Amino acid sequence: MIDAELWSLFVNAALVNNFVLAYFLGICPFLGVSSRIDSAARMGVAVTFVMLIASLCAFGLHRMLTLIDARYLELIAFIVVIASTVQLVEMFVRKVSPALFEALGLYLPLITTNCAILAVALFQTQRGYGLLECVVFALGAGVGFTLALVLMAGIREKLALGAVPDAARGVAITLLLAGILSLAFMGFAGVGVET
Amino acid sequence: MAEALEELHAETATERLQAGLWRQNPILVQALGMCPTLAVSNTAANALTMGLATAAVLLGSALVISTLRETIPRQVRLASFVLVIATFVTITDMLIEAIAIEMHRALGAFLPLIVANCLILGRIEALASRRSPRLAAMDALGMGAGFICCLLALGAVRELLGQGTLFGIMLLPERFEPWVVMLLPGGGFFALAALVLAFRWVQGHADVVERAR
Repeated sequence: MIDAELWSLFVNAALVNNFVLAYFLGICPFLGVSSRIDSAARMGVAVTFVMLIASLCAFGLHRMLTLIDARYLELIAFIVVIASTVQLVEMFVRKVSPALFEALGLYLPLITTNCAILAVALFQTQRGYGLLECVVFALGAGVGFTLALVLMAGIREKLALGAVPDAARGVAITLLLAGILSLAFMGFAGVGVET
Repeated sequence: MAEALEELHAETATERLQAGLWRQNPILVQALGMCPTLAVSNTAANALTMGLATAAVLLGSALVISTLRETIPRQVRLASFVLVIATFVTITDMLIEAIAIEMHRALGAFLPLIVANCLILGRIEALASRRSPRLAAMDALGMGAGFICCLLALGAVRELLGQGTLFGIMLLPERFEPWVVMLLPGGGFFALAALVLAFRWVQGHADVVERAR
């Protein structure tokens, strides 16, 4: 595998096909945790972290299930493994670095129901990525997620001072902004290769 | 998540059925299950399939879990819920692949992603794991119907404006210049924002009328 190909895979996952703005994955935390920049950044780091681990687990699981010819169990295996990984990571972080645990707080358990994590596992399986590609893809997806979350939080912090009509407050205005961001991100089309 | 929004006074089965359609509409009021809503609503047919699949999974897992609610230990309840949901999703996924392979290809990874739809886990945690199967089924039907309506409305608007067609049938005159943006991801955000705005506006008026009485 050439470095340039890995780089374009990363750029593709992070910018061109941004998980939040192009694939609509992880919209719930995107709407929920994007009102302040610092919490948005922490959430992004937590998600990237879990994505990496889940991606590695999913790679191994896929190999194993193909070996025993039980592909139909894949979805069930993925979701259970992701849920238990999150739990394990939570315990591990609490033991090793209480400071980081404090920083991530409630966000770690919430990640279990984040569809972006499951999507990383499903996409890499569908596209038949190798181990190295999986890691790069998961990293790209995580960085893209963090970027979208932090950008939105920045806009919403400014928005708190603006005059927004009552009916548009909350979900509606955030969706409108996400639409504009999504159009802006389309400008990245052509930077990476299509997958 | 959904627990905070749960209004416990809606007790009877008919009330539960109606709640999902309007007052507690999963998408418009609770903002649950947004990911599939936006991702597959580029055509009306996709949106309808996705809505039906999600509603079927919700109904199936709500029935099973509310029947087993006494047996499932509290400590491992989330894992058990997820297992039941994942089983139903796998069944639905295989069914759609068997019946309509083209549709299965169009929806791609979003069918298995129904597992991570917070609408389903939210409803089960809030209601199905505590109430009788009958009430849980009514709630699932109401929420499912509300979800399908929203998805269909969104899909219809995006397909009509984006391609001038509805379920693949040409409706608008030849002169109509399609709004390509409606088919792009950005258009999905815009259309949903407009739908939420319209809902809030109508709801706001209804509240004013209610208060005037």
